[in-house]
Amino acid sequence: MEIKLKVWKQKDAVSEGRLIDYNVNHVSPDMSFLEMFDVLNEELIVKGEEPIAFDHDCREGICGMCSMVINGRPHGPLEGVTTCQLHMRSFKDGDTIVVEPWRAQAFPVLKDLVVNRTAFDRIIAAGGFISVNTGNAQDANNLPIKKEDADDAFMSASCIGCGACVAACKNASAMLFVSAKVSQLAKLPQGQPERYTRVAAMVAQMDKEGFGACTNTGACSAECPKEISLTNIALMNRDYMQAKFLENE
Amino acid sequence: MNWFTQAFSSTIGKKLVMGFTGLFLILFLIVHCGINCLVFLCDDGELFNKAAHFMGTNFFIRAGEIVLFAALIWHVVQSAIVTRTNAKARPVGYAYNKNSSPWYSRSMGLLGTLILMFLIIHLAHFWVQSRFVGLDSIKYQGEHYDDLYVLMMETFSNLWVVIIYFLAMISLSYHLLHGFQSAFQTLGINHKKYTPFIKLLGTIYSILIPLLFAIMPIVLYLKGLGCCQ
Amino acid sequence: MLDSKIPEGAIETKWSKYKSSVPLVNPSNKRNLEVLIIGSGLAGASAAAALAELGYKVKAFCFQDSPRRAHSIAAQGGINAAKNYQNDGDSTYRLFYDTIKGGDYRSREGNVHRLAEVSTSIIDQCVAQGVPFAREYGGLLSNRSFGGTQVQRTFYAAGQTGQQLLLGAYSSLERQVGMGTVQMFSRHEMLDVVKIEGKARGIIAKNLITGKLERFFGHAVLLCTGGYGNVFYLSTNAMGANVTAAWRAHKQGALMGNPCFTQIHPTCIPVSGDHQSKLTLMSESLRNDGRIWVPKKQGDDRSPNDIPEEERDYYLERKYPAFGNLVPRDVASRAAKERCDAGFGVGPSKMAVYLDFKFNMMRYGRVEATKNGLANASDDEILKLGKDVIKEKYGNLFDMYKQITGENPYETSMRIYPAVHYTMGGLWVDYDLMTTVPGMYCLGEANFSDHGANRLGASALMQGLADGYFVIPYTIGSYLNKEIATKAIPTNHPAFEEAEQKVQGILSKLIGIKGSKTVESFHKRLGKIMWDKCGMARNEKGLKEAIEEIKALRNEFWSDVRVPGSQFEFNPELDKASRVADFLELGELMCIDALNRNESCGGHFREESQTEEGEALRDDANFAYVAAWEFKGESDWQLHKEELKFENIKIAQRSYK
Repeated sequence: MEIKLKVWKQKDAVSEGRLIDYNVNHVSPDMSFLEMFDVLNEELIVKGEEPIAFDHDCREGICGMCSMVINGRPHGPLEGVTTCQLHMRSFKDGDTIVVEPWRAQAFPVLKDLVVNRTAFDRIIAAGGFISVNTGNAQDANNLPIKKEDADDAFMSASCIGCGACVAACKNASAMLFVSAKVSQLAKLPQGQPERYTRVAAMVAQMDKEGFGACTNTGACSAECPKEISLTNIALMNRDYMQAKFLENE
Repeated sequence: MNWFTQAFSSTIGKKLVMGFTGLFLILFLIVHCGINCLVFLCDDGELFNKAAHFMGTNFFIRAGEIVLFAALIWHVVQSAIVTRTNAKARPVGYAYNKNSSPWYSRSMGLLGTLILMFLIIHLAHFWVQSRFVGLDSIKYQGEHYDDLYVLMMETFSNLWVVIIYFLAMISLSYHLLHGFQSAFQTLGINHKKYTPFIKLLGTIYSILIPLLFAIMPIVLYLKGLGCCQ
Repeated sequence: MLDSKIPEGAIETKWSKYKSSVPLVNPSNKRNLEVLIIGSGLAGASAAAALAELGYKVKAFCFQDSPRRAHSIAAQGGINAAKNYQNDGDSTYRLFYDTIKGGDYRSREGNVHRLAEVSTSIIDQCVAQGVPFAREYGGLLSNRSFGGTQVQRTFYAAGQTGQQLLLGAYSSLERQVGMGTVQMFSRHEMLDVVKIEGKARGIIAKNLITGKLERFFGHAVLLCTGGYGNVFYLSTNAMGANVTAAWRAHKQGALMGNPCFTQIHPTCIPVSGDHQSKLTLMSESLRNDGRIWVPKKQGDDRSPNDIPEEERDYYLERKYPAFGNLVPRDVASRAAKERCDAGFGVGPSKMAVYLDFKFNMMRYGRVEATKNGLANASDDEILKLGKDVIKEKYGNLFDMYKQITGENPYETSMRIYPAVHYTMGGLWVDYDLMTTVPGMYCLGEANFSDHGANRLGASALMQGLADGYFVIPYTIGSYLNKEIATKAIPTNHPAFEEAEQKVQGILSKLIGIKGSKTVESFHKRLGKIMWDKCGMARNEKGLKEAIEEIKALRNEFWSDVRVPGSQFEFNPELDKASRVADFLELGELMCIDALNRNESCGGHFREESQTEEGEALRDDANFAYVAAWEFKGESDWQLHKEELKFENIKIAQRSYK
């Protein structure tokens, strides 16, 4: 296969960037999308040109590090798949593919396709946890949890923190990410004591980071590689109302 | 900031305002539409005029009108604020964007603006006339009533007005198609069992109400051409 | 010379006695003691959280953009704990025994028993953090089996156990970050350790965004940097996983223990072509319900669905009837290699075997049919019901397989082949998890300690969290209680200056070579040497050749590598070059270690040392020791031996028949 690429190149956070054209020949349909980039980068280095910087690590679809908007869609054309698990058999010979970084005020571009997502860490640090010091725990089976609740919590917890929801949302809203953590812990008995302080703190941090407001377009969930559901956002809204209007604190 | 303003200035708080006021406006539309449907009767607007009289004179309804305007203004102002926040959240857009959400969900601001422009025209046509300018009077069973019906007949005898109303109702329909179910989602009502029903209800509502509204000018236009008898 | 500092006394009481007698550091002193933690995987994140909770001042580092990305996240199958919730005869002793036996009697009794003891607390801790483990309908935790054991002691969260455990540890870490007790430095890579008067006192780290070198002081340094499987280029490790931090520590005096002990995981997706950048694991848990087979006829090119039952060789069940498909990883991997080498391999490359689920789909289907009162269900209906059960258990793995290979594993057998997965070897540590450099600790996969020559499935997560949550918080006190008088050393101290200059020298040199070959090409060539000659089977001739080839490759690297760009920018190629440079040295030591260990044990298979049936043959008389290598200079290492004493387990030839 032959592929034409238009890739966003940007020297660093303060420089202007633009789309640059590349051609990649001898692309095998069995290659992953990132392996196609590897091949291109190898060629560029040998030619004395600058390789394209992109984030990636596990290449198994679980670490959440890879982040490319491919032909206008975060993680590319397939549903429920990260960029690293996207394979070239999903494209046709001669295709032109536009590759851009995540776009959001809260995710500034560091270089080319690499963005800074530490805002997500700060949101978790604000409240995305259960305050339990090591060694304090009771026996794990002392507290039975309904299988459905555990499964629901797991579904929410399967978020990989890649930021595709923010990239997909026209408002660059982080509500799907935040709500996934809020719901995971809200659905478990262990998460109850801090349930409402947690949601209030996480939402406050989310706003501080400069993410937009949710307008329920559903793009986040549609583009989420782990198919996190919008019901998480509804639960977060509900808990937020409870936190702000009914709780004492 | 105290807890109240803090709650409403958060992104979720702003959305809650949109949801609550939106739902209130949705409820209002049912009442508005129900009464207006009386123009479909072939009674030269008698029942319609009586209903309008009740709405215009009842204390509680008049008080509700103030709330309605407040809700409408809040809805509009808050949406402007949310739109600005959201625009700031993505200062650089995509060169190539393939959206996975429906166009009307992404265009609520635009649709809302069209509806707002329509509302100004609409209020000028009827609300300003009836409230401030004054209407012709008509007598049923010895009592005097404002003849709002005849104002409608006059207004909708102009084909351009009919077309503008019709187009506005298309905007309204799409606005509701997103807004109805979105309001429930914002208020945290999303349940495996009930959400499909809410969505269905929303779709029916979003088509039915604007459709009925859109038919009214057309029917009155045709009545004016003498099609009722 | 090597003192492992195992406490005296009966094995069951060593750890509890240690805990109650280890010197403590009082809370007001803890506030002044700084600990640097490198790596944010299960070991690093849990240690950072646990130490910060105790009151230490912690600085944590990771090279990824967030601590949540560490490769622990990719662990699929589960985590072991001797809870005996299934009432099937599990106990601390049995987990201890299974781990020692699984490791082919090359691990330390004291450490392994401690691991088995704390295993149960890990599950309690994780559940309290909100880790959503799989549960039964009664609301209690569910378990499954893993290789090398006959009890069900593996806790899991679908095929994403590592993710859920890491996110639990990460949230505890972030909680401390929020409280200001941990300072997190992401996109920072440690490039050297700073020693002052023989003790580890800090690190030099590169800010990967700006390229600047930064200095950090710490009273103690914890290396939690994972394994070095990427020395093979192709492995199931993340692309960024590297040995650099551990290797630089090694060159500063930390001994490297058993570096040749590598785990080759039997169930990975086979290589599809030259472009391959990494390999993907299919969880060992699949062997619970999948049966491994090859055609009975050599070079059988029929599609697997066309090969009838009687023409299939379920070779693991045939050779190891007691454990069948659940033999330990090293045994399963070698058996697959043996079949492929003998010409029975399948798929385009002929370097693969089949993993088939139909038998168990039918079994589950029949159970479901009975449950649903379908007495006369047809085979197709039963199969469909069975597929649904398999889908619920392994859906994400099946999807991943389909995504990567383009084949539907619900309809046809998976093709799998062994791949490098884990390194049991690592920095040598004593019972306190301290390396031979005072003040420098090593936790998790990066150390050599608990898994001997082969790690059992679902034990890596257990070890990482045990080290971080439950071991280091106690053992670090025995060192830091003597450091309470040590004031923070300013980073303009000459030792920092010198260390930074050394690192700067390496980076400048790499950039300055401006040769003709890419870093990646060297890495690939090194990987090929390692896989061919220091992989699943090793022999003297091959290892000697490999050592020479690696030396030559290293020379070529340092004269002809091309690193684009400059240091003071975001430059992933430079970071990769510095990692590959270290792999090129480590590879040599691994071959030297493999050459020295003229016996077969666990994942280390020397062709010279096998039974008549081709099974690994240990040589306990000569090799019941940990080989700890001291770096002396380029290509120069000195061997130190730590004798392994088995006082509680009778050492025996491993048998899974």
